[in-house]
Amino acid sequence: MAETRSETFTMNFGPQHPATHGVLRLVLDLSGEVVERADPHIGLLHRGTEKLIEYKTYMQALPYFDRLDYTSPMSEEHGFALAVEKLLGIEAPPRAQYIRAMYAEITRVLNHILNLTSYAMDVGAMTPILWGFEIRERGMELYERASGARMHANYFRPGGVACDLPAGLTDRIAVWCDEASAFIVDMERMLTGNRIFRQRTVDIGVIDEEDAIAWGFSGPCLRASGVPWDLRKAQPYDCYADLDFDIPVGKNGDCFDRYLVRVEEMRQSIRIIRQCLQKLPGGPVKVDDHKISPPPRAEMKRSMEALIHHFKLFTEGYHVPAGETYSAVEAPKGEFAVYLISDGTNRPYRCHIRSPGFAHLQATDKLSKGHMLADMTAIIGSLDIVFGEIDR
Amino acid sequence: MTDAFAETRRSAHQEVGDHIEAMLGEHVDEVALLGDELVVRAKPQSIVPLLMFLRDDGVCLFKQLMDVCGVDWPDRMPRFDVVYNLLSMKHNLRVRIVVPVEEGGAVPSVVEIFPSAGWFERETYDMYGIRFDGHPDLRRILTDYGFEGYPLRKDFPLSGFVEVRYDDGQKRVVYEPVKLTQEFRTFDNLSPWQGPELERVAKALPGDEKATGGKE
Repeated sequence: MAETRSETFTMNFGPQHPATHGVLRLVLDLSGEVVERADPHIGLLHRGTEKLIEYKTYMQALPYFDRLDYTSPMSEEHGFALAVEKLLGIEAPPRAQYIRAMYAEITRVLNHILNLTSYAMDVGAMTPILWGFEIRERGMELYERASGARMHANYFRPGGVACDLPAGLTDRIAVWCDEASAFIVDMERMLTGNRIFRQRTVDIGVIDEEDAIAWGFSGPCLRASGVPWDLRKAQPYDCYADLDFDIPVGKNGDCFDRYLVRVEEMRQSIRIIRQCLQKLPGGPVKVDDHKISPPPRAEMKRSMEALIHHFKLFTEGYHVPAGETYSAVEAPKGEFAVYLISDGTNRPYRCHIRSPGFAHLQATDKLSKGHMLADMTAIIGSLDIVFGEIDR
Repeated sequence: MTDAFAETRRSAHQEVGDHIEAMLGEHVDEVALLGDELVVRAKPQSIVPLLMFLRDDGVCLFKQLMDVCGVDWPDRMPRFDVVYNLLSMKHNLRVRIVVPVEEGGAVPSVVEIFPSAGWFERETYDMYGIRFDGHPDLRRILTDYGFEGYPLRKDFPLSGFVEVRYDDGQKRVVYEPVKLTQEFRTFDNLSPWQGPELERVAKALPGDEKATGGKE
């Protein structure tokens, strides 16, 4: 037998590969089938959101947030709305806070359904995603009935929400909660005990508590490593302090624990949605200051002042007092934060977007070292990567 | 509903801010509270000892570096800020470190202290051209391969300099100078009654002083 040589070779994974969940280009150094180094090249979906926002009024900037993490649009809006509210020194009325919490949780369920089922597809199970899309689509209808759009809702606004819920929607949401619960049971029956699924995920991509903290992990990825940290509990915003829910925590920090944490989070989210439906107070859904939120259309037909307010709001927008804030929300993927600097004009001076996926993807090299090439897809899937928010 | 938390957060931040100032006076220029948020200003050469202290000190334990970003202030000397946002899960605190850097200047990298700084610093370098000394892999991250310029600087035009298209004749992607069918217009709309060439001034129109009762 001739001399055997051991050498690494470099392989290009992506950018157009279904398991990269978008446009990720991974340059992998392989020794046989074992990954020695992973170098993610990102930015293929970079649209310059932060730059564009600097040229838009605060109201025009909001829809850009839908397009960041397009699988959980309303959570991103929430982060921006809270940041602007903080600088304006206003607070949304109670009904708006409950609607926002409710829709943020619907968003979380929708995001996790998409992530978990497509994750199952990455590791070889085709059925869950086909089932999941049905229930997810019905969830999108809830978006549509509230905001008029299935995905890019533009619904949460600084000072409340765009408009009140239409009649009968709360009943539909209650029905959807039951449907979603039933789906979670079905999905768990297919995946949790499944031998192939477990072989592909247990002990893959392990990150311990200390490393997860050091690498800036947040959300389900951090909790799967055993850190009980959730911004909704630790730094409650809107009405989360009045809601009762638990924080699921994993033990091993592997791909399977990240899956389990997300499944349990969906159950908790449904619990929150039901509470919101029960407690939903009456009253206005946006602040009663027409310098910030537009006046009702009926009023504009008769009141000159309302007409002027409307015109000023949709041309000039509102001026935000000079200041800066770092406001974070617990988005489905982790800590989504907006670092906003205002110079007192009608446009943000600087709006930096802290996306959770950016920090998670950064750790791929660490997570994948020593794993097989096929585990790469399992690791990427379990981090819940969406390029809209990573590339911005 | 959130007011009560803001108050407790404010006092907790005040406390830890005083502690930082007392322990690290020589490394810190200013400790301030903005609303309920704690902001520390420091010089670039202080960033490594400062972050090391914030991470390891028992009162602070800011073990998570959540974000690093840049800010451009073209009319100011030094021109840039590098902003670090830290989180202490143990004490439920946040702190923001603001480090001014001049154009062409560099900041010591903090990758050794927080591995998560790696990509955040790369992004700041990519967007603003601020170098990080000691960074193991300071490449561009979000912009295109071979990109020139620093897009988030205020003097970088929104439309950029080059556009990309696939040329069917050459069978490859080609870069060309940006051609807009209509000249780029920025509608600042600071006052809807006047044209967009209006300067960014607070008093835009005759009569606006009435809003403040004649005072500046």
